[in-house]
Amino acid sequence: MVGGLSLVAGGGSRAAEIHQLPSGLGERWHVPAPPSPTLSELFAASPRDAGWAGFLLAQADRTKPLLWVQDRMAIIESGRIYPPGLGGGELIHVETRDAKLALWAMEEGLRCSGLSGVIGELWGDPSALDFTATRRLAVAAERSRVPCWLVRLAGTANLSGARMRWRVASMPSIANPFDPRASGSPAWEAELFRARGHQPGRWGVAHEAGAFHLAAASGRGALGEVERLRA
Amino acid sequence: MERWARSSDFGPDDPVVLTVEGTHGPIIHAVTQAAAERGARAGSRLTDARAIDPALVAVPADPAGDEALLERLARWSGRWSPLVEVDGANALRLDVTGVAHLFGGERKLVADVQTRFAVAGLSTRVAMAPTAAAAWALAHYGDPTAVICGKDTGAKLADLPVAALRLPPGATRTLERLGLKTVGMLAGIERRSLARRFREADNPVDALDRALGRKPEPLTSVPTSRSPRALLKLEEPATHPEAPSQALERLIPDLVQQLQRRHLGARRLTLIGFRVDGSTAVASVATSIPSREPKHLQRLIADKAAALDPGFGFDAFALEASWAENLASAQDSLVEEPSGTREVARLVDRLSVKLGPDNVRRPQPHESHLPERASGWGPALEKAEPVCTPKSVRPQRMLDRPEAIAVVYATPEGVPRRFVWRRAVHDIARVEGPERIAPEWWRERSTARLRDYYRVEDQSGRRYWIYREGLIGDGRGGLPEWYMHGLFG
Repeated sequence: MVGGLSLVAGGGSRAAEIHQLPSGLGERWHVPAPPSPTLSELFAASPRDAGWAGFLLAQADRTKPLLWVQDRMAIIESGRIYPPGLGGGELIHVETRDAKLALWAMEEGLRCSGLSGVIGELWGDPSALDFTATRRLAVAAERSRVPCWLVRLAGTANLSGARMRWRVASMPSIANPFDPRASGSPAWEAELFRARGHQPGRWGVAHEAGAFHLAAASGRGALGEVERLRA
Repeated sequence: MERWARSSDFGPDDPVVLTVEGTHGPIIHAVTQAAAERGARAGSRLTDARAIDPALVAVPADPAGDEALLERLARWSGRWSPLVEVDGANALRLDVTGVAHLFGGERKLVADVQTRFAVAGLSTRVAMAPTAAAAWALAHYGDPTAVICGKDTGAKLADLPVAALRLPPGATRTLERLGLKTVGMLAGIERRSLARRFREADNPVDALDRALGRKPEPLTSVPTSRSPRALLKLEEPATHPEAPSQALERLIPDLVQQLQRRHLGARRLTLIGFRVDGSTAVASVATSIPSREPKHLQRLIADKAAALDPGFGFDAFALEASWAENLASAQDSLVEEPSGTREVARLVDRLSVKLGPDNVRRPQPHESHLPERASGWGPALEKAEPVCTPKSVRPQRMLDRPEAIAVVYATPEGVPRRFVWRRAVHDIARVEGPERIAPEWWRERSTARLRDYYRVEDQSGRRYWIYREGLIGDGRGGLPEWYMHGLFG
């Protein structure tokens, strides 16, 4: 699913015309992706917003086992991953006492080419997570060609060696065709605020039928409302 | 004696005695027929025997070799019964309960044992009895031909000397001095008066009970195979903290060679450091798939080995694969590129060693409707089970403990409108539900309440999985409570 760079409309954040997109789900959209697997950093808008998990899983390749590392604080504050909700595919879950061990486990995982990806969740701004640590992860990921996502819960975007840095928040979901009161396919507001070789941008995206779709531009909930009015 | 006779060039008529070193010079361990006729007796001193007949030839005995032979025979005796025990220095004990019919009856079984041992060049005295002690007594002191007894054990034992009860020599002597020469005479004495006169360990009543089956005597079978083990002895005790790591470097190739020879792979490795003061230090690691790759094994155990406390110094190390599984030789590929599954298994090993096996886990599904039960976690070191995908939508994340939330909803069973979780108000924009999950009455108390799960989405699009526990008026408590259980991605 991680395609090459093939941006459709609305790369920038000012996208009045995107508002006028016919239904949003018509446009296929590819997540801006680095040419080869590397470290991406992902900031959750809020620890009580798990929207990023859906955004991330929609891109993840599940043919091989996935290593998911959570530090203890992340588990307490925003929950432990729940395999039935993550779809099929093998999974190894690692729970660590602190960020230092979590980073060690991630690096250890990145040395193993038998994994399809490494996801690490860290809470706050631990002192162990400095530029050197992120740089190490990036180098390890590039060497063994295993994609790595560093997920920051309640963290601030300080200096980092990550090649792509995202900020992801939930957005009101796409209208459900069968039940107007229920939520439909999830949608996210994804902001790429720093990337090597890419234009930063901000998109409203939804994921349905195995593909990403451009749902709305920066205006929060814009398309959802349009859809609802139409329904 | 017969083992020695097979490999020596003395004739059968030479008066030869085998000797072991005693406190006061050599003691005769075993004698040939010819030597016995000339007055040599096992247990007497060599000098005494030489005084009777100076022509005796003394050859040092090899007790260790005898022991090894006996153990080999014990394993070989597995052909008759799965439960075989080495009993003392010269006996094997077989539990043949329910086995005899496979050989065409008890008599045929005993005859088979005798002929097969005779073919191997060893003479035997075989006895079969309802209890192990009785069989031992009959084999050692009974009729030299095969003895089989059933209900008449007591009668058959009655004529045997009291030594047949395997009491310590002191107790046997005391009994003989008292004039109680045979087992039958002993059985005639009142139990209480016997019990009072002997200590617990050498009580003839106890021995009699075991022989007659009034007291159990379990059998400890010989282990079928020893786990691979490499040993390193040091000339001088080593107190240097590097010592275990250096010992490991020498032990691992040795162990790997043993594993290779037996086509095994280690699942658990134990490094034991023997300290000079008689204590030991143990480091142990486990692997998720059998492995005999030196580099991997070394990397796993190195950290733990380095942390061993030398105390007053180690003078020996042993590395043991205490749990090994079959592993056929395999080649990864022509180029140096290990297969994915093996790579992952190695990763799991490394993580489990450092973080503890409880912190590195794989999903382990259960047949249950309760969401927290349906998805358990098992150590990643064990085999992976396929995750079954549920029929209904499940969140990506679950709180370990559902958190109580305050909810505004239309009573009694309406949909929620607004809730407060962790002191923040969430207005519910869209809601789907309820999905009713009944408690598992066969597992929980009768007061457990059902759960109505709702998928809710708040104003900013965050989606949650909340539930109401119970119904108004279900007779299992007061007003229903609401809980936050999961977060959708």
